[in-house]
Amino acid sequence: MEFFTLHDFMTYSKGITYLIMGAILVFMPLYWLYLTDRDD
Amino acid sequence: MTKENITAEKQFLTPFNVVAGIILLVGAVITILRFTKGIGAVTNLDNNNPWGLWIGFDLMCGVALAAGGYVTSSACYVFGLKKYHSAVRPAILTAFLGYALVVFALHYDVGRPWRLPYPIFYSQGTSSLLFEVGLCVFLYLTVLFVEWTPAAFEWLGFKKIRAWVVRLTMVLTIFGVVLSTLHQSSLGALFQIAPSKLHPLWYSGYLHVYFFISSMFAGMSMVIFEGTLAHKWLHHKMDETHLAEAEGVVLGFGKAASFVMMGYIGIKLIGLAVDNNWHYLTTGWGLWFLVELVGFVLFPAILYGMGAREKNTTFIRIAAFWTVLGIILNRLNISVIAFNYHLPSADRYVPSFMEVGTTIFIVTIGLVVYKFIATRMPILYEHPDYKEHH
Repeated sequence: MEFFTLHDFMTYSKGITYLIMGAILVFMPLYWLYLTDRDD
Repeated sequence: MTKENITAEKQFLTPFNVVAGIILLVGAVITILRFTKGIGAVTNLDNNNPWGLWIGFDLMCGVALAAGGYVTSSACYVFGLKKYHSAVRPAILTAFLGYALVVFALHYDVGRPWRLPYPIFYSQGTSSLLFEVGLCVFLYLTVLFVEWTPAAFEWLGFKKIRAWVVRLTMVLTIFGVVLSTLHQSSLGALFQIAPSKLHPLWYSGYLHVYFFISSMFAGMSMVIFEGTLAHKWLHHKMDETHLAEAEGVVLGFGKAASFVMMGYIGIKLIGLAVDNNWHYLTTGWGLWFLVELVGFVLFPAILYGMGAREKNTTFIRIAAFWTVLGIILNRLNISVIAFNYHLPSADRYVPSFMEVGTTIFIVTIGLVVYKFIATRMPILYEHPDYKEHH
């Protein structure tokens, strides 16, 4: 991926960052359920 | 020679004592060399690499792995998880010895031990992160010492002063968490002033956050790992309460460590994305980074998770050992291996055998003192005179 302006770079890197953050927000509660669903 | 003398001699000449004795003897010789001939005589440090194994392992790993003290005491006293009470004293002792040995090891690197109080009492460099680390370690070591004293007072029979110190437990715990938050993250922040020296895969604007978050699962893993060793070698010193609560501690800490480690992987990915460092992953350094992140964080996190879900303590104990190795690898990567990565191989730092010897010497001191205290004081059991106090 080539960038010509700082704006290009920020748009790309922040876009990916927000996608990862969204994935974490979905994954972490599900992982907590995986860890705890067999607890008494 | 009487039968009793022969038995006593046999008890003293255990394999542990003999090996520890030899290591301490060699360490004493290196110590004399260090403080009489100077740092250049025993280390491979130079102007390119002024920090080596003593900082990378003894200090960085020592502080991270001593995090079990604040993690366990805050779980028990701040969050009210009293089922982990039996793990508090061993964790506090490990943390206290860990921090004491960090300060001890620092003398080897810094030299002139009589100047140790200078940064605190004589010439404060208030704009320096090292001052912040020094102040926090000074204060937290004091806190850990006070937190450990009830065990010593119970052993010595000082009931009044013990009762007075126990009243401070909550204040000391909160103080410990605050100080740990500060200096664990500051150790990471130290490397944020060297963006051109640390490889971009390890350098991040979030380095201080990585250090603090990783110290949490480092501490939990160390509590489990140290508990495993204590069960093997000091099982006879544990009372019924300790033995009954041990499995709960392993399962609870394993579950928490797994969750925190998954979150840590998440923020590491965010760090890669923010700086757009993905392309480095296909290089040799990228492979090494993935060994650390996948092999020593994701793998033990999954193993912890499976162990917690299946109630399999063996999985968790293996994961704890693996995580401890991972933390050591991470701290060494940041402070030694991926630091000055651009230097030609002839100028790269490799520790001398005397530096390695000093590190083994310091770890051995920790083991010997832990054994001395745990076999005499109520660390792994409740003192019969104070059972109703817990």
